[in-house]
Amino acid sequence: MKTNSSSRTIKVNYLARVEGEGALYLKIKDNLVKDAKFKIFEPPRFFEAFLRGRNYYEAPDITARICGICPVAYQMSSCHAMEAALGVKVEGTLRQLRRLIYCGEWIESHVLHVYMLHAPDFLGYQDSIQIAKDHPELVKQGLELKKIGNELVTLMGGREIHPINVKVGGFYKLPTKKQLQKLAERLNWAKGAAFDMIDFTSKLDFPDFEQDYEYVALRHPDEYPFNEGRLVSNKGLDIDISEFDQHFEEQHVEHSTSLHAVLKERGAYKVGPLARYALNFDKLPGEIQETALKAGLEKECYNPFKSIVVRSVETLYAVDEALRIIDSYEKPDSASIPITPTAGVGWGCTEAPRGICYHRYELDDSGLIKDATIVPPTSQNQKTIESDLRAFAQQFIELDDDELQWKCEQVIRNYDPCISCSCHFLKLTVDRE
Amino acid sequence: MQNSLVNRGKPKLAVWKFASCDGCQLSLLDCEDELLDVAGAIQIANFPEASRAVIKGPYELSLVEGSITTPHDAERIHKIRRSSKFLITIGACATSGGIQALRNFKDVGEFTRMVYANPDYIDTLNNSTPISDHVAVDYELHGCPINKHQLLELFNAFLNRRKPNISSYSVCMECKMRGNICVMVANGTPCLGPVTHAGCGAICPAYDRGCYSCFGPSEDPNMRALSTQLKVLGVSRKDIIRLYRSYNANSEEFKRESIVHEDQ
Ligand code: SF4
Ligand code: SF4
Repeated sequence: MKTNSSSRTIKVNYLARVEGEGALYLKIKDNLVKDAKFKIFEPPRFFEAFLRGRNYYEAPDITARICGICPVAYQMSSCHAMEAALGVKVEGTLRQLRRLIYCGEWIESHVLHVYMLHAPDFLGYQDSIQIAKDHPELVKQGLELKKIGNELVTLMGGREIHPINVKVGGFYKLPTKKQLQKLAERLNWAKGAAFDMIDFTSKLDFPDFEQDYEYVALRHPDEYPFNEGRLVSNKGLDIDISEFDQHFEEQHVEHSTSLHAVLKERGAYKVGPLARYALNFDKLPGEIQETALKAGLEKECYNPFKSIVVRSVETLYAVDEALRIIDSYEKPDSASIPITPTAGVGWGCTEAPRGICYHRYELDDSGLIKDATIVPPTSQNQKTIESDLRAFAQQFIELDDDELQWKCEQVIRNYDPCISCSCHFLKLTVDRE
Repeated sequence: MQNSLVNRGKPKLAVWKFASCDGCQLSLLDCEDELLDVAGAIQIANFPEASRAVIKGPYELSLVEGSITTPHDAERIHKIRRSSKFLITIGACATSGGIQALRNFKDVGEFTRMVYANPDYIDTLNNSTPISDHVAVDYELHGCPINKHQLLELFNAFLNRRKPNISSYSVCMECKMRGNICVMVANGTPCLGPVTHAGCGAICPAYDRGCYSCFGPSEDPNMRALSTQLKVLGVSRKDIIRLYRSYNANSEEFKRESIVHEDQ
């Protein structure tokens, strides 16, 4: 215990179990947290710059390369933005199939985070391979569930990472009913596994820690959001996605190669599973609402550590929604709708597993990109991550350095931060003075 | 730091990241059926994306993802080389510079100003370069992303001290093996398959689209013949340049051919 010493520094120079390169720095003086930073030092890759002068139809494949964990999110946001700029709308079965491939990505990404990146913190292990030594069945079930998410993305997209089958206007090739029905058998097993996942995560120990967040997510009149809806918050935001620039702003701060996004009126906000769930609980099917409540979640949850339960609930939703889509599937005649290049501006905003992913493009009359803006989920959460770190470290300041460090790492991992996305890297430093 | 994976006798594996999207290292975690067996045969000693535990080098096997884009990374790769017995690069970023090598054809200062309000905070090199431009590399695995079955084959070969069974012919061969109908002949769809390194299993043609060469150039690709064919199909000079300048833009073969078309 170091509670009496007046000055402490806690540093993690390369945060583990997150996607990308980041660091954490805490400075404590006289038992007061003086500074809390979540640094991203991922080298910049300049996507927005080199998208200029590329064809509109190249954006889904190029932007997928921003992130290997959630390429479908980039493909969906860019397709929707391009379609808005070009004045076309993908509807009916093709729209349903877009939800279907997104279900696959949510399953794969949420299960990866819950079992392999987040659960080790709760169970006190360094990694999931170590968990597997003591609880092999638990890890094997997680891996199998993750695999089914990947199988869904692979069938719809051609492969799990950077799918090749998504295009502006729809798809290159459509699955047959038979292929999807075979997958439905796997998804029926997955549904049982997703109930187990909720049961497992809801029994973990959660620190008593709640914050007054402004949650921002999409909201759609008829469904739990994937690709479309208005941008809403629990503090009064309710806008069309085309108004994003008027309400949000990206700031460039010194300790980071990613840009921090803030709400112009109120500052920090939070996106991701907790936000989606709180703002769209009523859109979940009755059975899933009941399961969530029975697992001890309220309709709105403000404890970031419980995001592991909400991810599990969303995994169940994604499995259930995939089954529903497959059940009603009839193969359409055409895999995509035709497009004629025209000049225009278009916006796309979709729910990546980690929260909203916003794209805006301006096209010239031959369909070349004149300007591109991309706001990934993690850069939107970065300010809130830092305020969580500060508040958490202050509340649990009596912990010794090792324990405080591990818990603070967990505070960051609560967000499933995708640093490759936001940069645009993770290290922890705690300074006690 | 306490470590979980200590098991003497097993070769130690480290996974390193440079400028990249994480997709290639994720391929290892995507080996759901084999991951626990791999961890049984190889000691995962330094793989921050998967574990907090870090075991010190030297490492028998290092997998390197990503390209070199900062002065700091240009130094870091030398340290990694010194602590690695076998160093294998994984993916287009590491083997050719990746999509971020599109900067090599432009002014980076202008790029930084376009994306960041305070470009002074950004420390970046003018070019994105493959790992082999900086240190000796023992083996390269192509693809954006790599194929996980090729990664497993690599582990197998490494553990059994044999050469990996990985072909360097073109995607066209894989199309024939998969029974795909040629999209270029049948539908007139522009396709980079004839000049592209095999490894994906000819996914794109199987999904009715042309290959956009995420695996980069095959051995001795006939670039000129393909460019001629693309012109016959009506692809404009500028679009030919764009086709060669994507995920492997900085590879020798694609770079050279794209410049030829620029000069015309
Ligand atoms: S090669 Fe492609 S998939 Fe692999 S790290 Fe680079 S961008 Fe990602
Ligand atoms: S066909 Fe070409 S572009 Fe498609 S996955 Fe294979 S190498 Fe990549």
